[in-house]
Amino acid sequence: MSGISNTAQIVKRNVKRNFRIPQLLVFSSIQPVIFLLLFNFVFGGAVGGGGEVKYINFLLPGILAQTALFGAIQTGVGLAEDLNKGVIDRLRSLPIARYAVLAGRTLADSVRNIFVIILMSCVGFLLGFRFHQGFINFAFAALLVVVFAYAFSWVSAVIGLLLKDSETVQVAGFLWVFPLVFASSVFVPVQTMPSWLQVFARNQPVTQVVNAVRHLTEGGVADGSQYIWRTLLWVAGLMVVFAPIAVWRYRKIQ
Amino acid sequence: MASKNLSIDVDNVVMKFGHFTALDGVSLKASYGKVTGLLGPNGAGKTTLIKVMTTLLKPSQGQVVVDGINVLLHDKEARKHIGLAGQFAAVDEFLTGRETLVMVARLYGMPKKQAEEKASELLDKLGLSDAADRQTKTYSGGMRRRLDLGASLVATPKVLFLDEPTTGLDPRTRLQLWDIIRDLVRQGVTILLTTQYLEEADALCDYIYVIDKGKMIIEGTSEDLKKSLGQDIIELKVADSNLDKAHKMLKKLAGDDAVVDDLTRRIRIHTESGSEDLLKVANELKKANIKAEELSLHRPTLDDVFLAVTGNHAEDTDK
Repeated sequence: MSGISNTAQIVKRNVKRNFRIPQLLVFSSIQPVIFLLLFNFVFGGAVGGGGEVKYINFLLPGILAQTALFGAIQTGVGLAEDLNKGVIDRLRSLPIARYAVLAGRTLADSVRNIFVIILMSCVGFLLGFRFHQGFINFAFAALLVVVFAYAFSWVSAVIGLLLKDSETVQVAGFLWVFPLVFASSVFVPVQTMPSWLQVFARNQPVTQVVNAVRHLTEGGVADGSQYIWRTLLWVAGLMVVFAPIAVWRYRKIQ
Repeated sequence: MASKNLSIDVDNVVMKFGHFTALDGVSLKASYGKVTGLLGPNGAGKTTLIKVMTTLLKPSQGQVVVDGINVLLHDKEARKHIGLAGQFAAVDEFLTGRETLVMVARLYGMPKKQAEEKASELLDKLGLSDAADRQTKTYSGGMRRRLDLGASLVATPKVLFLDEPTTGLDPRTRLQLWDIIRDLVRQGVTILLTTQYLEEADALCDYIYVIDKGKMIIEGTSEDLKKSLGQDIIELKVADSNLDKAHKMLKKLAGDDAVVDDLTRRIRIHTESGSEDLLKVANELKKANIKAEELSLHRPTLDDVFLAVTGNHAEDTDK
């Protein structure tokens, strides 16, 4: 039980961090909005111009997933920063549950994600995005993105604990996140890619979550509900592998 | 010696990082209610030993008992009994002083109200009440150290570990911190502190260990250590133009013992008889018509001990 209250304290600390450090707040609010506006107005004409679906309805689910993944990088960056500043040593010298520091960090990043998703949905709404499958389904879609990002936060935590330097973690983050975001159905339909890339793009986790969210917001995705299951499967798989590794690495900090 | 009467009992600890041996069979004993100093140059192994004693590192070999608890077997239990203030003053810049202490108190399992009371009490004690509700990024270095120290005092630990508590502080702030440390000792807290400052060890510590390259090289009270060097020292400072002349003159008196310190440009010799030799030197100076800028007789300082036992390489190692 004390582990849960320990975790709650760490969540509180990290939420304050996310909202009180100006560059982090800009990163988590203004940057995704700029992405949304840019992609909508730059690609909107070329990619979505003639279709029946307004491009913003295609784009927003993708941008939500992208933002969630970019946000996940910050989990590792923040951990590396805390390591270097001695904050982790301070916390490790206290009689608290070993997992609390990691759980507190990843959960706080989920709080930020909820905030970002609400913000971006509002901006999306102004650009013409509508819940064509009803609000309940949209809320479920948003939850799916949060859970999806949460799993990747643990991947990022492992990277942060391994590389231990916040700038290196940041750069490394883009190395693994970019292929996942761009070789997916985020911006363009997978069928337009070369066949060898399609194999990767069709099966990797980002495509699953984006298609699931499209299914729940816009509809018209063939076999839409299977993507929900596939997303949850990826989430479970990533958590089972990376959460224990992160806790193990945390214990081994020197 | 029975561990029961010792607050800290470190026995033959070895800590290896790959091929590098950071601690090479280190032992240390500290009594309750005393201040024990761990003195050494950068990279000597001070912080590593602190980390071993505070459960942050598991040693490759050896035993560590703190406040009667085997730290290596019962690390979580041990953490309830110790406080640690690290080298970096690990306070979150975006939290206020009060928030920092409340968070730590809550992490120790205190209910909200008690945590808030404890925070106020410590802020008051450390002279941070006025700044309590400002984010710590507005704090000076000394205020951060005090807040970090406050965080280590939240659970009223019986044994407190301070890793270079005053490094980088200006002299006045250092003295303030010394006062706080002395206050804690008066309240019965056992303290182990590391420092690079010999005057700090001299001023605060009841017992001192000198560590270098992962090994304890000498231990004792500050008096013991100074006595171990034995003789008093005569120190002479002259104008640079007269340095060679004065050096030759003292060599006649003391032989090869007369050496010029490269850094301070002072000539020093050891003496058995003290004031008698001092007179001799003064007379010789007068005869040779050399004007002394300074001429002094003093007991060996901890600096002398330190330089003698660590072989004067404190400056050339980095980490």
